[in-house]
Amino acid sequence: MVVNRKEIGTREVPIISLAGIGVSFGPVRALSDVALNIMPGECVGVVGHNGAGKSTLVNVINGRLSPTTGEARYDGAESKADFRNGQRARQAGIRSVFQELSLCPNLTVLENMRIPYRNMPWRNWRGNAASAVRVSLDAVFPGNGIDPYRVVGDLSIAERQMVEIAIAFSRRDIDARLVILDEPTSSLDGSIADQLLAYIKKFCAAGGAVIFISHMLGEIFDVATRMVVMKDGRIIANDAAHTFTRDSLVDAMGHVVADGADSGDGRKQRELGDEVLRMANGLTARKGEIVGLAGLAGHGQAEALAQCYLERSSDWRANRAPAVVFVAGDRARDGVMPLWSILRNLSLQTLVEFSRSFLVDRKAEKKLVADWHRKIKIKTDDVESSILSLSGGNQQKVLFSRALASSAPIVVMDDPMRGVDVGTKKEVYRMVRDEAEKGRTFLWYSTETDEILECDRVFVFRDSEIAAELTGDDITEENMLRASF
Amino acid sequence: MTVENNVQNAPQNGVKALFGLVSRKAWIWAYLAAAATFIAAMMAGSGGGAEAGSLLYAAFTFASFTVIVGIGQMFVVTLGPGNVDLSIPATMTLAGTVALKFMASDGALVVPGLLIAIGVGLGCGLFNFGLILLMRIPPIIASLASSFLFQSVAIWSNRGLRIKPPEGLADFATGGTLGIPNAALVALGVSVLAWIVLERAIIGRWILASGQNKRAARLGGVPVTAVHFGVYVGCAVLAGFTGFLLASFSGGANLNMGTEYMLMSIAVVVIGGSSIAGGNSNVPGIWAAALFMFLLVSMLNSYGLGAGVRLILTGLIIVSVVVLASKKRGRV
Repeated sequence: MVVNRKEIGTREVPIISLAGIGVSFGPVRALSDVALNIMPGECVGVVGHNGAGKSTLVNVINGRLSPTTGEARYDGAESKADFRNGQRARQAGIRSVFQELSLCPNLTVLENMRIPYRNMPWRNWRGNAASAVRVSLDAVFPGNGIDPYRVVGDLSIAERQMVEIAIAFSRRDIDARLVILDEPTSSLDGSIADQLLAYIKKFCAAGGAVIFISHMLGEIFDVATRMVVMKDGRIIANDAAHTFTRDSLVDAMGHVVADGADSGDGRKQRELGDEVLRMANGLTARKGEIVGLAGLAGHGQAEALAQCYLERSSDWRANRAPAVVFVAGDRARDGVMPLWSILRNLSLQTLVEFSRSFLVDRKAEKKLVADWHRKIKIKTDDVESSILSLSGGNQQKVLFSRALASSAPIVVMDDPMRGVDVGTKKEVYRMVRDEAEKGRTFLWYSTETDEILECDRVFVFRDSEIAAELTGDDITEENMLRASF
Repeated sequence: MTVENNVQNAPQNGVKALFGLVSRKAWIWAYLAAAATFIAAMMAGSGGGAEAGSLLYAAFTFASFTVIVGIGQMFVVTLGPGNVDLSIPATMTLAGTVALKFMASDGALVVPGLLIAIGVGLGCGLFNFGLILLMRIPPIIASLASSFLFQSVAIWSNRGLRIKPPEGLADFATGGTLGIPNAALVALGVSVLAWIVLERAIIGRWILASGQNKRAARLGGVPVTAVHFGVYVGCAVLAGFTGFLLASFSGGANLNMGTEYMLMSIAVVVIGGSSIAGGNSNVPGIWAAALFMFLLVSMLNSYGLGAGVRLILTGLIIVSVVVLASKKRGRV
């Protein structure tokens, strides 16, 4: 019925062969000089910290990104630098499962199967798709009980993840030969994850290949035949899995060359006050403390911060003495008012604090903004000009001023240094330390290790829970990595 | 030397300042358009100054009702995409009928009647907001659904009777002071208050912030739910008040008195230069747009064109204003 043009298990040529691959986004180099061959029958585990380049590598392999430099050969074919790598990857039987689920929630399971299967025969496609999904689901997750005619939106997160994996392994005109699994087990429970791992082994034994990305080192050691360790957009280790141990793998990932000389200086001398914050998940903070939230991106840190902020502020009234203020990291989504001037953006949080009546005290507003303009050195001649006329770093300074101008004792910062230049970062570190010494408490989520090293206490998050609490000299990159994985 | 430079630059600076003003204040265009239609309408007529005077008087009288409901709608539209109050006509009708029935042409009951009209507006606003916040129904659908409800209540309470307003009230609503219609004076008072709220008050900043980015506003300390509450209830109160005023003006409430204000209230917001994407609104433009809409009708009437043409033109004008406004945003 379905014609197989590429059979599984041809072992001579690599399915994908990368040589000297580099990817740049403007001045940012996401990948440099990456070389990687994947032969049929291999299961390659890819590990690395946030921003190590894992996702970029995956997107080069499945053709969603074109490499800026270097060669990508699919099935040993000639490499061409054009935009058709996506099609080549599909022809070679490369399929992907992403961490953020990519199913259409308004369609049924079988309709979601139809989407990646572009040239599916028209006749009775619903029946064929339903049986194909059924077969694949039963093969990967025996006893799952998911009906292909159900709408994806009604499934649980785990069931959606199972459906997405099953679709990736399903039978089409071109067989799956290399399946990329990006954190596939993050929402599956133990026994289901074991079923997946068992299926991956069977699939590889039959000649298929898998790229397995996970922060669960146990799983990677279980299935991978080869390990690829990435850091700063490079592959720094690429060897058979049995040559690594858990510790040697963590060591290989870690250790950004630390100019650790000045970090942590501020930490030791300070006296901390009473506890001012305690949350249900165990997060605590004391007066004048800088508390870091670490761990891999997307493990519940941002949610914890939002919860902390929303619990302590109201939808219904603004407080003249707010308990907490928020510094956004995703400026466009959470911070900047794009139609407004710098002045209005800066004063938004504190309007009720400096105005005595229901009217805005415009004199006080001007004075407040002029003070912060001077203090934090926002690069503009005219605070009446649009906020969008500023660079990202200067917009961030405005958002910092907006929060710090308030009298709130707790400042929540959601990865505020995203896309900010080094000079601004140094200024902000200094300001945060000054303010903490005056008795303010900071909750600071950051994906960058050197920012976490500035903190007095660090909570490492894993799977939306606190996996470790580090204080004093225990705050090291190595300890954070150990707790994150 | 410097003196000479100044002299040479003076006219240029003036022109520059004028251009700056025009480009910053979108509502100036609406005033220019209103003036142009006024001139065009006059050219069709034969009378002289007297006719011009009476046309202007009528324009200000009828524009004032549009202005009051338009201001309410403007605050709602400012809250951002998807926010619009379609229950304005029904709220006007309900407030007008209930208040006039209560007053029963008795001059002593004017103040309680006014309070009842405002109370009806308050109730309608609370109901709308309840649907939007508690039931999480999109504002367009919620206000459309509730408008059927309000209209039905109005039909039930009125039963087709037309009760005359108290004589003193009718005289006030149709009369004028110092050559200016009383209705226009009332609308002017409402406009000044609205301008203060929008441009000078803290709540105005909050409304504008919520309209640009609700999530960011919430994280910036704005009590967004309270802002939405105030705006929806305020809009319905203005609609109720307009219903009272309009019923007094036109000699009694009838069941379709609000109908044309559905389109009008939205049209004046758009033509007045407020952004339909939210977060950027102005009060002066509402006046210009309301005058323009009335003068457009008079002009078409004096050229002998019918209601169909008028509706087509209104639609075309709204579409072209939205297109032009969005183009301008894109360039910046």
